[in-house]
Amino acid sequence: MSLNKLTISAARDALAKGDLTSVELTEACLGEIEGAGALNAFVHKTPEIALEQAKAADARIKSGDAPAMCGIPLGIKDLFATKGVATQAASHILEGFKPEYESTVTQNLWDAGAVMLGKLNMDEFAMGSSNESACYGPVVNPWKVDDRQLTPGGSSGGSAAAVAADLCLAATGTDTGGSIRQPAAFTGIVGIKPTYGRVSRWGVVAFASSLDQAGPMTKSVRDAAIMLGTMCSHDPKDSTSTEIAVPDFEAMLTGDIRGKKIGIPKEYRLEGMPAEIEKLWENGIAMLKDAGAEIVDISLPQTKYALPAYYVVAPAEASSNLARYDGVRYGHRAKLAAGEGITDMYEKTRAEGFGAEVQRRVMIGTYVLSAGFYDAYYNRARKVRALIKRDFEQVFAQGIDAILTPATPSSAFGLGEMADADPVAMYLNDVFTVTVNLAGLPGISVPCGLDAKGLPLGLQLIGRPWEEGELLNHAYVLEQAAGFAAKPKKWW
Amino acid sequence: MSIDIDTARKVAHLARIRVPEDHLPALASELSNILTFMEQLNEVDVEGVEPMTSVTPMRLKRREDVVTDGGYPEKILKNAPDAREGFFAVPKVVE
Repeated sequence: MSLNKLTISAARDALAKGDLTSVELTEACLGEIEGAGALNAFVHKTPEIALEQAKAADARIKSGDAPAMCGIPLGIKDLFATKGVATQAASHILEGFKPEYESTVTQNLWDAGAVMLGKLNMDEFAMGSSNESACYGPVVNPWKVDDRQLTPGGSSGGSAAAVAADLCLAATGTDTGGSIRQPAAFTGIVGIKPTYGRVSRWGVVAFASSLDQAGPMTKSVRDAAIMLGTMCSHDPKDSTSTEIAVPDFEAMLTGDIRGKKIGIPKEYRLEGMPAEIEKLWENGIAMLKDAGAEIVDISLPQTKYALPAYYVVAPAEASSNLARYDGVRYGHRAKLAAGEGITDMYEKTRAEGFGAEVQRRVMIGTYVLSAGFYDAYYNRARKVRALIKRDFEQVFAQGIDAILTPATPSSAFGLGEMADADPVAMYLNDVFTVTVNLAGLPGISVPCGLDAKGLPLGLQLIGRPWEEGELLNHAYVLEQAAGFAAKPKKWW
Repeated sequence: MSIDIDTARKVAHLARIRVPEDHLPALASELSNILTFMEQLNEVDVEGVEPMTSVTPMRLKRREDVVTDGGYPEKILKNAPDAREGFFAVPKVVE
């Protein structure tokens, strides 16, 4: 087997035994990346840094002091600030930006000895569900069933494609409304969004601060457990990062969920849901039941309002966060004509630097926060958000341990197919995932099958706050039972 | 709620994004569509509900009010499109 196809856990074990070096592993990945230009996943490659880190990792492994992530080659979403390496959130407005600092999440990974292969494509400022809003052009899903090019999903589409195509062992993603879980489902990999506050947001380009969380995108649930453990930490530099112990998530993968209560929310049974998604969900329910879990029908009555509430709250926060891109401190500045002043500079810079979807969301956010509309839209949405969170609190109070839902309303669609659709139609991609961000809960997408076309489909498990270990264990059971082993056929 | 062209122009200006006059009608109709979608929220009874402010019940941490970082203007200015003599440079603001 080619080394780049290894999981983190298999590579870790082989590295520890001395069967393999990180340099060999890293070179295998760098070679694959070179041959995968057609996927457009890696947008800033860092082979020199990678090989230097790999050599250091090999020395560390030899000395016997090696954490699990030591020597593991990763792709990093372009949203994470990486010192001295281009970081532009897939936006023209951050063209040329090379941070003077490192995000806490990536620093945690490098401290554990992980290796950076490069930066990964994404939707501009993480706003999108198809990776088509990137200034680098869209990522292409390695899964292909006819002559169409498919989306890998978004916003962490580069991360999903890179992991599914074995260009790296795993990748970082971020999730504001489903940006880890939807692309994971579209590419047949695992992606977890932890509880809000579990992972530091410091150094991650902000989209919607009360919703953003980073998480790992991996080839297996075990890998997600390993990598998440390294990404988590209490960070004084993020005031919402919570001071709570990080358990050994991998040790919690016992495969035993006997007696656990799995909630099946009736509101997620959407009208017009494809029969294949319905079937997948039924299969997932049967698998957890076979494993000894108790299946309980539950109700989350406000589910229907999650999407409109999200599309008020997220743009509102984005309009405020993105105010910093003004052409003064970093990135793009528009050329000014004689006599033009500072307001012209702001307006021209932002018109040139932001793509259409980002402009749309900034303006919607500006509108819902503006005088006279703040109460009608923003405050109302925050109240609905409180009710959505209460729905979850009530079912967890009834003793529910985890909730099983589909991850996405369909399998991957073709690039360009949504180009003429209403922006709201694209937003529907997040229908099963946004509730989790609004309530701050952990959620994981697990590949569970192929549709009739041969494209991967995922199921989502939602856990209690701070119970990522339990959640991963449920996901592990689902993964073992589903036995999803399909890989995209290499065409690139 | 439908957004007219004047409101679209005003929103674009508040957001400091230049939108050419001939793009305003399309922008107004796009924003109106999104707002119509949001108006489903009016169906929810939110009487007596406190707006959600934090995801988990927590009090933001405080620290001592002392300088803990800084002293490297060259790093701060390194990515600036225009920096001079230790400052960010912008077009003239005050006459």
